[in-house]
Amino acid sequence: MGISAQSTQFDRRKDLLGLKDVSNEEIELILNTALPMKDIIRREIKKVPTLRGKGIITVFYENSTRTRTSFELAGKYLSADTSNLAVSTSSVQKGETLRDTIKTLEMMGPDILVMRHSMTGAPHYVAKNTSMRVINAGDGTNEHPTQALLDMFSIRERKGRIDNLKVAILGDILHSRVARSNIYGLAKFGCEIRVAGPPTMIPPGLDRLGVKTCFNLDDAIRGVDVINVLRIQRERQQTGLFPSLDEYSELYMLRPEHLSLAADDAIVLHPGPMNRGVEISSDIADGDTALINEQVTNGVAVRMALLFLMMGGRKDEIAA
Amino acid sequence: MRDRRPRESADARAAEGTDLRTSKSVGPTNPRDQADQKGAKERTVLVELRDKTQIMDEMGMKRALTRIAHEIIETNKGVQGVALVGIRRRGGPLAVRLADLIESFEGIRPPVGVLDITLYRDDLTALANQPLVHRTEVHFDITGMSIVLVDDVIYTGRTVRAGLDALIDLGRPRRIQLAVLIDRGHRELPIKPDFVGKNVPTSREEVVSVCVREIDDEDKVTIQERIQ
Repeated sequence: MGISAQSTQFDRRKDLLGLKDVSNEEIELILNTALPMKDIIRREIKKVPTLRGKGIITVFYENSTRTRTSFELAGKYLSADTSNLAVSTSSVQKGETLRDTIKTLEMMGPDILVMRHSMTGAPHYVAKNTSMRVINAGDGTNEHPTQALLDMFSIRERKGRIDNLKVAILGDILHSRVARSNIYGLAKFGCEIRVAGPPTMIPPGLDRLGVKTCFNLDDAIRGVDVINVLRIQRERQQTGLFPSLDEYSELYMLRPEHLSLAADDAIVLHPGPMNRGVEISSDIADGDTALINEQVTNGVAVRMALLFLMMGGRKDEIAA
Repeated sequence: MRDRRPRESADARAAEGTDLRTSKSVGPTNPRDQADQKGAKERTVLVELRDKTQIMDEMGMKRALTRIAHEIIETNKGVQGVALVGIRRRGGPLAVRLADLIESFEGIRPPVGVLDITLYRDDLTALANQPLVHRTEVHFDITGMSIVLVDDVIYTGRTVRAGLDALIDLGRPRRIQLAVLIDRGHRELPIKPDFVGKNVPTSREEVVSVCVREIDDEDKVTIQERIQ
């Protein structure tokens, strides 16, 4: 199976900044490792000693419920010490630069920095300027690799495979780092990817990634195995890319009648938090086809796998 | 913070299909790397190993397991409340075989599970490569049971230490006993097996290789040495 070679490859990676430059083998290694991790979450004693003595710090310049908490619990279940910088009450508000903030944190000794930032490329910049390993927990409209990994884990768990599935991604593709990471990841496994949303929210150049653009839900959903519904990000909607939420939900909300167009055993994903009645109807959100709650558990498992895999290996080799 | 000792390593246990234990297989470069028999098997790759002595063949292994099965029954005065848990990888098939034998003698089959101890190892950050994590499959409540932990070889005792921790995280057994096919000495921890197939004096430079037909297509135990 050539697994030794795969793990070698992973161990030489200092950071995880996006799925764009992650190999299929690395993705499979993460997903395979997440399986025993998920078993641990379900146990009565949810702790293994693996990362004892390791430090993980989460720094979120944007709000988050599940990603930050899920990284924190993932670290704790592996016995790492996790700490969170609350940006809104930190010295960032006194005008400290990103680089100085990160340097300060680095000097406190943590091994891994989990970072979310509203600026595309911020984690990449930080990764180049710190000895800590950096995991991108979402940068601007660029990538959110761990969300895509947990989506892929959820798909594989229910479908038994990822290869060559048909996947529809619905909503605000333009602003969605979740969409971008999913496209990069799923395309590596030969998935047929379609997107649908308001024309103002479809970025140009998707065809170069092998993605098919549809402008109505029916075309996008017909025959697909997986529907990934994106959140309408009201915080990024100041410029009026669509007239109103009512109009959006009229045209682009996923409803039960759409599901009859999809493949028989199609599944629905949503990265959360949901705007019920805007991009997804409650009937679907609470129905059997939706994996939305399971995705949250899978998110912890996938992040445990990633933390474990990234903490191995000798630092001198990784820096090379 | 990380261990910077220059080492070569890879995960052979994970690389199913790559048999590092045939006569032309490769093994550790540095005697230090043999600190743990399980770890030793997982390391690369620069020095070849060859079989020096065969210490058990198929019949010998069968006899040893048969005796251990009888001893387990005798020590526990039957098999009520007894379960077998093998340590991945080769402890797994051995635990199943012991359960088969116990069932044939007593008419009761003890529950069998498999333990993956990777997350409990004490040398993870010393390895250049991460070993693969596999699932622990113990599908019964171990609380209150007499658990027989099963492994192929006991050497430093570090694998068993990890196995004990892994087991106790699943519940609170009434007692834990240890069965091994081969005890090759050189313990680094105060751990002693309750049931031993064969005591084999070895030097630290040697490798004890247990092959089981479920994984390696044949049953045998050999001592291997490095080709100079």
